[in-house]
Amino acid sequence: MSTEALPQLKAKDFASDQDVRWCPGCGDYAILAQVKKVMPELGIPREKMVFVSGIGCSSRFPYYMNTYGFHSIHGRAPAVATGIKVANPELTVWVVTGDGDGLSIGGNHLIHAIRRNLDVNILLFNNRIYGLTKGQYSPTSELGKKTKSTPMGSVDNPIHPLSIAIGAEASFVARTIDRNVQHMAEVLRRAAAHRGTAFIEIYQNCNIFNDGAFFYASEKDQKHDTTLYLEHGKPMIFGEKKDKGIRLNGMEPEIVSLADGSMKEDDLLFHDEKSPEPSLAYLLSRMRYPEFPEPVGVLRSVDQPRFEIGIQDQVDQAIAKRGRGTLEDLLNAGDTWMIED
Amino acid sequence: MDKQEATTTTMATQTADKPIEELSDVTVRFAGDSGDGMQLTGGQFTRTSAIFGNDISTFPDFPAEIRAPAGSLAGVSGFQVHFSNCDVHTPGDMVDTLVVFNPAALKVNIGDVREGGIIIANDESFGKTDLRKAGYDQNPLEDGSITKQKVHRVPVSRLTREALKDSKLGTKQVERCKNFFALGLVSWLYGRPLEPTLQWIDQKFGKNPDVAEANRLVLKAGHAYGETCELFHSSYRVSKATLPPGKYRRISGNEAVSLGIIAASHQSGKDLFYGSYPITPASDILHHLSGYKHYGVKTFQAEDEIAAVTASLGASFAGDFAVTGTSGPGLALKAEAIGLGVMTELPLVIINVQRGGPSTGLPTKTEQADLLQAMYGRNGECPVAVLAASSPADCFYAAIEAGRIAMTHMTPVILLTDGYIANGEEPWAIPNPADLAKINVVHTTETNSNGNGEGDGFLPYKRDENLVRPWAIPGTPELQHRIGGLEKQDVTGNVNYEPANHEHMINTRARKIELIANDIPAQEVMGPEQGDLLVLGWGGTAGAIRSAVERVQQQGRSVAHAHIKYLNPFPRNLGQLLANYKKVLIPELNSGQLRLLIRAEYLVDAISLNKVQGKPFLISEIETKINQVLANE
Repeated sequence: MSTEALPQLKAKDFASDQDVRWCPGCGDYAILAQVKKVMPELGIPREKMVFVSGIGCSSRFPYYMNTYGFHSIHGRAPAVATGIKVANPELTVWVVTGDGDGLSIGGNHLIHAIRRNLDVNILLFNNRIYGLTKGQYSPTSELGKKTKSTPMGSVDNPIHPLSIAIGAEASFVARTIDRNVQHMAEVLRRAAAHRGTAFIEIYQNCNIFNDGAFFYASEKDQKHDTTLYLEHGKPMIFGEKKDKGIRLNGMEPEIVSLADGSMKEDDLLFHDEKSPEPSLAYLLSRMRYPEFPEPVGVLRSVDQPRFEIGIQDQVDQAIAKRGRGTLEDLLNAGDTWMIED
Repeated sequence: MDKQEATTTTMATQTADKPIEELSDVTVRFAGDSGDGMQLTGGQFTRTSAIFGNDISTFPDFPAEIRAPAGSLAGVSGFQVHFSNCDVHTPGDMVDTLVVFNPAALKVNIGDVREGGIIIANDESFGKTDLRKAGYDQNPLEDGSITKQKVHRVPVSRLTREALKDSKLGTKQVERCKNFFALGLVSWLYGRPLEPTLQWIDQKFGKNPDVAEANRLVLKAGHAYGETCELFHSSYRVSKATLPPGKYRRISGNEAVSLGIIAASHQSGKDLFYGSYPITPASDILHHLSGYKHYGVKTFQAEDEIAAVTASLGASFAGDFAVTGTSGPGLALKAEAIGLGVMTELPLVIINVQRGGPSTGLPTKTEQADLLQAMYGRNGECPVAVLAASSPADCFYAAIEAGRIAMTHMTPVILLTDGYIANGEEPWAIPNPADLAKINVVHTTETNSNGNGEGDGFLPYKRDENLVRPWAIPGTPELQHRIGGLEKQDVTGNVNYEPANHEHMINTRARKIELIANDIPAQEVMGPEQGDLLVLGWGGTAGAIRSAVERVQQQGRSVAHAHIKYLNPFPRNLGQLLANYKKVLIPELNSGQLRLLIRAEYLVDAISLNKVQGKPFLISEIETKINQVLANE
């Protein structure tokens, strides 16, 4: 990065001139506020940032950021971002998507962007419902969910974003919650610092069509027993009194009590976000409410070769080896022959 | 002649003094199992003919299955080459010499061999089982059923084994050399030099000296066999063509299109991004381009057709010259994203190498049935520029032109080629790079508001006199802006749903494409500028139409040929041109798609000639139709 002093930008410098049009009370506002707050801290000029989205409520996000932005078509944001990043690896690219956009119509692109380890940050706003089309169940909706399109309850087993991301061997996987803004800001900073695909699931409340879907994880009276805030190198402890922990019993996690002294911190599972094997991260991603506290924070953060760098390296290597191609060489290659006058 | 007699023809006692007949042009087809190496054999024969100085045109014809059951009719692979001492435009209507490696190949191809033509058959592959697989009850080489052609039964496999009796190669490897025997034999028959193939063998098999030596020996054995055996009483010569002087190379359409988009990238000073998902018959473009990384070419083999086109749009937004390639089914999948390209007004070239449809259709066969899909196959009023290449070499120029229009008019451009010209080859007079025009691309770096209430700062949809919006790329300070698929207000680009604005934008996007007509050449005509009949074509039918029209012109008839490269918008003079002829005939490899457009646009009651068999037109088919139309005057 240039050593030249950058003008000190503030959150409001990242606001575009467009009115925000989400429903009052929508969790998206909190996310937008945190993104605008964190962006100036990154020291990256606005013109080097691109926000890319697909279709859905969350996908209006780029219109509200004073950066470059591309509001594309349903599900395709990771593919659009791939083209942008490969064309210009110097750009900082954020993909904003939702549970329907990213995991239903665009599931394919999401998986492939992740497994290629394209250096982009993917924010998946998970509200477990289709909002923009007014309330159908989404691929993350719980089994039996009653919605406009499932009056007798849905019969599809839901998909779990973190498990999908880890299954595709994402190099950075995290979860945060719209109502825990400090934590969200920290996760955004971590994602921005990560080189490679950073996948973040954000529990986001749709107060119109699925109000309270994640209150178990966000509200004071419940959240201590239902969430497990991860810290690298630390034992997995949760509960309002920090008196519960996660232990590995064979291949399975189990909840144990630290209250009676029979179990010590050293007996617990320790978080290792840097493990080259994604097994622990996957195990964490399968800890789900109500059986387990759900992990919040960074599940995985490892270095992997990056896609756009690999592509650029091959171009550079080819030029170094063969010299920059000329039109003369291009046209005159292969078997040629002369026809004389 | 029984089998024994044919196979015991002595070689050593013959002299080489056989008569030589001079011919103006010849069509040879090699046919066998898809594993027999027919494409390689045909390709080498073509290469030799081209280097020798003939004009050439080729038609590879292969099954969709990589290895259909051996010996079956479905597994027959063929390669046809037409070489001549004058200008040729097609791979030839009828075959002069057919080389077949099994009964299935004979059955599939014999109908295309002219009366008096030559059939060379690998006699040893006409056993009972081979015959049964091809559905023959009796051996057609023996039962007298072939009466119109001269059959030469050659024990290719045995002679190959004999030639390699001292070789270290195993039985299977020896068997695989037999196509070189046929190549040697046909090379002798038409006086082709062996040197180019010998050199090629050295290059190709240099790391495997035993295989290289075996192929050399078998090639020479085939040649010697022709020279000395009694089967062939004469050989033939096709002298050099009188092509315009200059440096030439052979080129296929897929190769030419690849070179063309690299040239467009070079001439515009933009890096090339090519996003594609493998699909027959377009995959070769991806293969070619992935070998040109030292030209700054970035290739992206996407997870699907939609990712290929949307990644290309992303690359275009970020400032690369973006191209995506596909065939018909892929174009259907890309439709929504092309609409996004129309809405965001970004440059993008979409190459559609057409194949037989609908659905999966005939993946390896040619057709021209995607014209209406290219024109209209999207939701909403969604015009794009549409171009079509007319020959393998023309793919080069058409690709540059597609890139020029895309980048200077800020629009998606669909370039139509087809399986026939994509895989077919012809000699190409290599252009001088200095003769290729520059493509003037400007990336805006300044805000463009005039402050008169049209909005502040940078206005991404403020247009120039051609209604073209500025291409400002991420990384440019102060020009941050957002684009997307929602309808936008003109000038500012802000999301806007107002009724009048929407209609204004629909009309503006249409007008922007229409204005491209000011930036393309007038439609040319081969033949009289007015007269009885204009034969109007587009795409890969150019060679067949031109040859047919030339034949009828030589009979003194008033017929002209116009071949449209610019299908949307049409050239400005096309309407007037059509009015100069009493009748208009439109031959197409579809059910009449250009005719529909011409009738709608110009109210001309054009006549159709349609063929939808997965095969190109024969010259004679068009000639017959022209004569029929003229007779009905």
